[in-house]
Amino acid sequence: MKDADLQAIRNLIASHKRNDAVFALLGILCLMIGVLTLLALFGEMWVNGAERLNLDFLSSFPSRRAGQAGILAAWVGSVLVMLVTAAFAIPLGVAAGVYLEEYAPKNWMTDIIEINVSNLAGIPSIVYGLLGLGMFVYTLGLGRSIFTAGLTLALLILPVVIVATRESIRSIPQMVREAAYACGASTWQTVRDHIIPYSAPGILTGVIIGMARAIGETAPLLVVGAVTFIAYLPSAPFTGEPTAGLFDWASAAFTVLPIQMFNWTSRPEVAFQANAAAAGLVLVCMTLLMNATAIWLRYRLRKNIKW
Amino acid sequence: MTIVSTPERIKAEVKDFNFHYGAFHALKNVNMPIHERKVTALIGPSGCGKSTLLRSFNRMHDLYPGNRYEGEIRLHPDNTNLLDSAVDPIEVRMRISMVFQKANPFPKSIYENVAYGLRVRGERSRAVLDEKVEQSLRGAALWDEVKDRLNSLGANLSGGQQQRLCIARALATDPEIILFDEPTSALDPIATASIEELVTELKNKVTILIVTHNMQQAARVSDYTAYMYLGEMVEFGVTDQMFIKPQKKQTEDYITGRFG
Repeated sequence: MKDADLQAIRNLIASHKRNDAVFALLGILCLMIGVLTLLALFGEMWVNGAERLNLDFLSSFPSRRAGQAGILAAWVGSVLVMLVTAAFAIPLGVAAGVYLEEYAPKNWMTDIIEINVSNLAGIPSIVYGLLGLGMFVYTLGLGRSIFTAGLTLALLILPVVIVATRESIRSIPQMVREAAYACGASTWQTVRDHIIPYSAPGILTGVIIGMARAIGETAPLLVVGAVTFIAYLPSAPFTGEPTAGLFDWASAAFTVLPIQMFNWTSRPEVAFQANAAAAGLVLVCMTLLMNATAIWLRYRLRKNIKW
Repeated sequence: MTIVSTPERIKAEVKDFNFHYGAFHALKNVNMPIHERKVTALIGPSGCGKSTLLRSFNRMHDLYPGNRYEGEIRLHPDNTNLLDSAVDPIEVRMRISMVFQKANPFPKSIYENVAYGLRVRGERSRAVLDEKVEQSLRGAALWDEVKDRLNSLGANLSGGQQQRLCIARALATDPEIILFDEPTSALDPIATASIEELVTELKNKVTILIVTHNMQQAARVSDYTAYMYLGEMVEFGVTDQMFIKPQKKQTEDYITGRFG
């Protein structure tokens, strides 16, 4: 090759490398915008709320005096509502996803169901609030309770769980499915022994992403009737007078963290703003904890799944 | 012990078999016998329908919509038509097991991989499972290599070992026929040789039907060969005769590598 040709190739490569560098820089910049915004938000809440963040804050009921107010009812409410949400959204969503992937015949009915599921994911959350109010509070008479709130949020995240389940099932190679069937397994045996275990990491991730969304929801819970001031906890099973049943806590009135925050931010006193920031920190930490759990579980479960 | 040579029996018969993928007529009037405890090879160029025929034996096509069987595959001695819509595909798969083109162990332990067919049949006794797993792994010439790590993942084995694990899984349920769908196409020559040796040994116990791309492999391992082209059975015969003196010009051209 002539020197001039060689030089031309080298120049070309150099210009390609420049493009690479420019794009990498652009990518880092975009990433930084997202990360820095989050950090700034977190930092601001920290600056405003850190002084209020102590055990008393976590173990006190709300109060008219900002300095004595706490988030006990709110975080317990959030946790209980999430439990109900998980208890309903996971089995329903996983079953629906498994049905659509492994059982449903490919016809127009299935197509309509599929389109509806993806549309459900795009419905504004307040509409789910109205649904919850109409169906759970009035029609089924479940009251403005933890149960109602949990069911409403379960409906809200159901499409997320279904979509995550389906995506996860689709990533299982067809040859593994064929291997199970070739052993003489029925569809249910294939689902129970292979499809669900192998798609569990992906399903779990979807569930937790859905839950992380649900824990921050305010609008639908306002609609179904969360209270903004509550100074008692639902009674634990088999305690209190008269003795509570196993699920009596579910029919108790409730509030949740975002609603407590919303309540405090709408107060004129500056001291309550600090409370709101501190509650926000707790909420963000709960969300991050859930995400961290998802990542850890996914890592643990995936270790044993290789194709 | 004296070896008594038993007269050859027919294990299965394909009769006037047609297969359709939707509008595509993939197999046309196929007729062939499967001899008991012999290796029958299906050869032919890509797209000739040999895998389609093989996968009809365990009704694998039932897993996908739009497929249609016509005709019969009779399994002897009970003369069951495997393709009859009244016969459950699960029943067929419990009698006929399969080894796939690419090793496809479950992401479970070696033990659970081999035991799966038995678990599907409701076997819970640990003693029975232990015995069957060992017996099957020995049958697949894998026992000595894995006996100390039965609880480690099947996926941690080498490619050839994984394929032998899949053979052990297929053996565990005492099938009447084992189907092999190009079992060595993803393996190196040494692993291929070990699988071929295994196939030759297995035919003492079980009837084998094998699809292969590799003409030498068909010549080495099989007793009978069927040459297929464009969905039709061009020629069926004893392997030695077929490779030395094929009846049809088309078969000769393919076998000698003039096309394909």
